[in-house]
Amino acid sequence: MKKLSARRRHPLAAVVVLLLALAATGGLYAAFAPASKAQADETSQSLTIKEGKKLYEVGCASCHGTGGKGSSDGPSLVGVGAAAVDFQVGTGRMPASTSQMAQIPRKKPVYTQAQIDQLAAYVASLGAGPNVPTKQQYGPEGADIAKGGELFRTNCAQCHNFTGKGGALTKGKYAPSLEGVDPKHIYEAMQTGPQNMPSFPDTTMSEKNKKDIIAYLNAVNGDETVNPGGLELGGLGPVSEGLFAWIFGLGALIAVAVWVAARTAKAKKS
Amino acid sequence: MSSQDIPEENLPAEQDHAHGAVSVADEANPFADPGLPPHEHRIQDIDERAAKRSERVVAMLFTVSMLATVGFIASYVTISPDTSVYIFPIGHISALNFALGLTLGAALFCIGAGAVHWARTLMSDVEVAAERHPIAAPAEVRAQVHADFKEGAKESALGRRKLIRNTMLGALTLVPLSGVVLLRDLGPLPGTSLRHTLWAKGKLLVNMNTNQPLRPEDVQVGSLTFAKPEGLEEADEDFQNEIAKAALMIIRLQPGNIKDKRELDWSHEGIVAFSKICTHVGCPISLYEQQTHHVLCPCHQSTFDLSDGARVIFGPAGHALPQLRIGVNDEGYLQALGDFEEPVGPAFWERG
Repeated sequence: MKKLSARRRHPLAAVVVLLLALAATGGLYAAFAPASKAQADETSQSLTIKEGKKLYEVGCASCHGTGGKGSSDGPSLVGVGAAAVDFQVGTGRMPASTSQMAQIPRKKPVYTQAQIDQLAAYVASLGAGPNVPTKQQYGPEGADIAKGGELFRTNCAQCHNFTGKGGALTKGKYAPSLEGVDPKHIYEAMQTGPQNMPSFPDTTMSEKNKKDIIAYLNAVNGDETVNPGGLELGGLGPVSEGLFAWIFGLGALIAVAVWVAARTAKAKKS
Repeated sequence: MSSQDIPEENLPAEQDHAHGAVSVADEANPFADPGLPPHEHRIQDIDERAAKRSERVVAMLFTVSMLATVGFIASYVTISPDTSVYIFPIGHISALNFALGLTLGAALFCIGAGAVHWARTLMSDVEVAAERHPIAAPAEVRAQVHADFKEGAKESALGRRKLIRNTMLGALTLVPLSGVVLLRDLGPLPGTSLRHTLWAKGKLLVNMNTNQPLRPEDVQVGSLTFAKPEGLEEADEDFQNEIAKAALMIIRLQPGNIKDKRELDWSHEGIVAFSKICTHVGCPISLYEQQTHHVLCPCHQSTFDLSDGARVIFGPAGHALPQLRIGVNDEGYLQALGDFEEPVGPAFWERG
């Protein structure tokens, strides 16, 4: 000890003290900081869940029951996951005015995205389910549009039409048009299978498959999509096009023929 | 234009009849044919300047048509097929297609409009009457034809030489048969191919999306997956023929929801595999509603209940969708336990 104190005025003493101090600070930070950050995360997470629970009790519990257990008016939400909540509330399908109609339509969302996130966090806390996808999962980067088209025609086109224009199902149900639907919501619909749509989980349709499908839809049914043939007439194919040609094309020809024959060329109008 | 402006000879003849008295020209035939009304002239027949104007309009229409054709060729040469334009009610469309359609339409329309205007205003429009005649030929012509026919029949001696008549009838009857025989070249006979698919005992169920064999845990309740038999690849020459029979629809139900005993026996932990080919006329059928377990055919709305042995509950289909018996192999992959028990797809004469 004496030896140490004797060297306290050594020119390098300050450097050694500084190094020791730095090491101590770094070590302490390494030991405590992540823990406190995780703690902060947990509190904000539990706060979100708490807020979500409040929203749930006001807006959802009357049909889906307390704690998401379901009732005669709405299914159980245990295990549907955050993705299902983000889809159903984000597309305005939930809250629904009644459960008696054939199918609950898409409408203007009632909740803000922040409230939807809180609701989703609460429902996700009831049981494990698919998470809300990230932009990296549904964004267009690295997607294979041609493969997406193949996958869309195999899995989706039977109900949603070849370019996602939608179509009819039984007893008033329908596959909605996918025009102008947020890619995130398309991804969530494939993951969770809302209403009568079957689900396409990652185990049978990989994340990459879903990304390709979304890129294909954006290519054939986006705002900037070019239709080489002009009027697409609902994208329904040759039947609607033939019907249009027969009714409006031939109709116009007949109207012109009648007009030409009805006008007299005589100088003296009779 | 009032009738005062038109020369006297162009106006219809005044009908001269006495006031207050009905005069009948011919007592024996009160409804005599009045004949054609007098011909009325067009302004172009009377006024040379109007005729010149019509001529110019027709010539202008034909000239516009020529310009449109030049425009068609020019747009074909100059516009790239990738260029797109925004046309208000239609949206983003191909500039080339739009230009070609517009110019060709204008070229054809102007020819037609010019021809119609020409015919209506400048070509002669004098009414011409053609008298009708009885359809039957005069009696002497008919008598002559009858006599000629009898003479020919007598000279050919068909009634007398029965051997010639009968062999001729035989030859004429057989000739069309050669055409019927050629129909055999329409294709090979189907043989038993309608009764069998590529499915066989031990064949794995391969996911059409990932091209990987399916495991039971991949297939969740409420999901829909399409499968093909192991070993069938899209690059194969007969892929389309084989997948048209072997395509499978795989869903998972809660075993308690399966109403049909055989369906439950042929499932694996609630996973059931049905043919994707409608039994009505063979459309691919996969409009699956996961809450009702109904599957709807988009062609003629046949509806099948997949929780009840794929029974037909609506529409023209004649029998239930065939089910494939499935199980798992030692490595935990889903496999077929045989081919379909009945032919897939629409019925045919010998189906039984």
